[in-house]
Amino acid sequence: MASVSPSQALLLAMILFALGLAGVLARRNLVFLLMSIEIMLNAAGLAFVVAGSRWHQPDGQILFILVLTLAASEVAVGLALILRIHQRNASLDADAAAKLKG
Amino acid sequence: MPPILWLIPGLPLFGFVALYLSAGRMPHRAAAAIGVGSIGLATLLAFAFAHWFLGASLPGDVYLETAWRWITIGGFDPAVAFRLDPLSLVMMLVVTFVGFLIHLYSAEFMAKDEGYGRFFAYMNLFVAAMLTLVLADNLLVLYAGWEGVGLASYLLIGFWYRDPANGAAARKAFILTRIGDTAFIIGLFLLFHELGTLDIATLMARAHETWATGSAVANAAAALLLAGALGKSAQLPLQTWLPDAMAGPTPVSALLHAATMVTAGVYLIARTHELFELAPAVEFTVAVIGAATLLLAACSALNQHDIKRILAYSTMSQIGYMFLALGVGAWTAAIFHFMTHAFFKALLFLAAGAVMMRLNDEHDIFRMGGLWRRMPVAFVSFLIGASSLAALPLVTAGFYSKDMILWGVWSSGPAGPGLWATGFVGAFITALYSFRAVFVMFFGDARRTPSGRYGWCIVAPLAVLSALALTGGFVNIPSALGNVNSFSDLLAPVLPARQEVTTASTTQALVMAATSLLVLLGVYLAYLTYIQRAQVLRRIATSSPARALAGFWFGGWGFDTLYEHIFVRPFLALARLNRNDIVDACYGGLVVASRTLNRALSRTVTGRVRAYAAWVAVGSLAALAIALFLQ
Repeated sequence: MASVSPSQALLLAMILFALGLAGVLARRNLVFLLMSIEIMLNAAGLAFVVAGSRWHQPDGQILFILVLTLAASEVAVGLALILRIHQRNASLDADAAAKLKG
Repeated sequence: MPPILWLIPGLPLFGFVALYLSAGRMPHRAAAAIGVGSIGLATLLAFAFAHWFLGASLPGDVYLETAWRWITIGGFDPAVAFRLDPLSLVMMLVVTFVGFLIHLYSAEFMAKDEGYGRFFAYMNLFVAAMLTLVLADNLLVLYAGWEGVGLASYLLIGFWYRDPANGAAARKAFILTRIGDTAFIIGLFLLFHELGTLDIATLMARAHETWATGSAVANAAAALLLAGALGKSAQLPLQTWLPDAMAGPTPVSALLHAATMVTAGVYLIARTHELFELAPAVEFTVAVIGAATLLLAACSALNQHDIKRILAYSTMSQIGYMFLALGVGAWTAAIFHFMTHAFFKALLFLAAGAVMMRLNDEHDIFRMGGLWRRMPVAFVSFLIGASSLAALPLVTAGFYSKDMILWGVWSSGPAGPGLWATGFVGAFITALYSFRAVFVMFFGDARRTPSGRYGWCIVAPLAVLSALALTGGFVNIPSALGNVNSFSDLLAPVLPARQEVTTASTTQALVMAATSLLVLLGVYLAYLTYIQRAQVLRRIATSSPARALAGFWFGGWGFDTLYEHIFVRPFLALARLNRNDIVDACYGGLVVASRTLNRALSRTVTGRVRAYAAWVAVGSLAALAIALFLQ
């Protein structure tokens, strides 16, 4: 199996992160928003793994596991919030929830 | 004697507290009983102490009584202590006795006033403060009395507070004397810093040991004390409050100007005379200020229409004589004149009050006239008072004290005759203005019909004071006339005669005769002008330069206008400029800036999650970019 150079992997992580960010900024649907955040988290996780393999350290993969658990809990909380917002507003539009401002 | 000297200022203070706490709900009889009674008891006690003191021959002629220790901080431990020595004895007797007579008079004079209880409360406070001042053993207690007198004078001058003009007069008196007070307390700081004590006897002894005659520190300390005395005693340049202080009821003027307040400065200088001896320059200034004030005020008195203002200017003038005496080292003469002045000035004020009371509060002497037949009691009292003020030879108390001053000034050294000349001219003007008042008020055509009559509360003080104004001077008679020295001998332990008089007694007799003649001449001139109405004098008086001069003198030599332009207006302009507090504007700017920022930032709180995310992204990018480029 041909090895992937760290710079290529990082480039991939960057593209993934940019896609996620674009999704967060462009989509109004809350579910898609959540999914875009997941993509950004995975991009970050990928960057950790790449860095770990570059320096032959296990830290990167350990951190990826941490990010994964974090993402799982975040999704749990996020989905619960989305459910509540949907019940309240009868829509999943993120801008319709703007009345939450202080 | 049991140690109850503290009761002498204490009794009037109790009277004040009782009357003040009753808040005017006390019936008039009770208020008068407490107000007059407290002073009366204090007077009796003062006389008992005097009797005991003169018979006891204490070591050093001093009786000390420590009530309690005020504070103890390091080496600073002033006691609340009272000191009875010949000087404070004389002051105490005059203050209590004349004060008592004035209180008794007020009991009837103020009978129709709604603030009766309040009046006696303030009067008692005044006397209590003055007694604290004269009996104080150290300068701190003296200062407490000094400030108490200032406060009480403010309350009394503004007694009829519904008229804003009276309030303004009260404030003027308070602020002008405060200028002096500030100098005084700075003087106390200086004395304590340099000599480490405020106890008067110790202080004077240490000053003699530490300072050379004429040294800069001694001069500074004496000058600061002098400034305090100038304010309280209404001497140049802090004199302008006194004529306005006439806004208070007449007994107040009598109390302020005869026995208490204005003589506080004289007492202070006499009390600390050893310090002034160490500062000859300042001492000479005292004499010059006294001489200037006595002439200035006498000329102003000559032109007033308001009887109370005539008396006010004459007070300034007479205190000027006392300062003149203090300045040449004739301490005893100053205290002697203080005593006789207390008698005849109280008498004059009370007699003037008695006249005004029956003329429906008429102050203008030119609207009185021909009163001598209608109110003989007031006439005789006023005549005796005016004679004593004018120092009519031989029969009046004022003659002996003024003669003692003038002789002291004459024989005081190279500057003596020059200073004496001002006092000499002053004596002439004094005779002129005092008899001008007598002739205009009591002779000529009757213009008003008096109403009412006097009760014994008014007649008795007038009678007693008349007797004293005539005979009070016999305690000290110059050698040419019989040589009685009881007063100087009494005061000798505290106020030793500085220079032995070496000039032959014939000179003394000649000087005295000259003054007497001049005084008689003054009276005669007043007679010519105001009774005979001589044409020549009338023409001089109505010529335009004389009118201009009279107008100038009428306004007190323009000092009020001068101060208005130099101090009051610039101060008001500054106050107006700083109305919005320039320093505060800095802090105000901070508030405005943070408010503006807050408004700008709160506009970004839209509630749009995606916008937040965008801002976070932009911010992170910016931070990354900065971190990269600054590396």
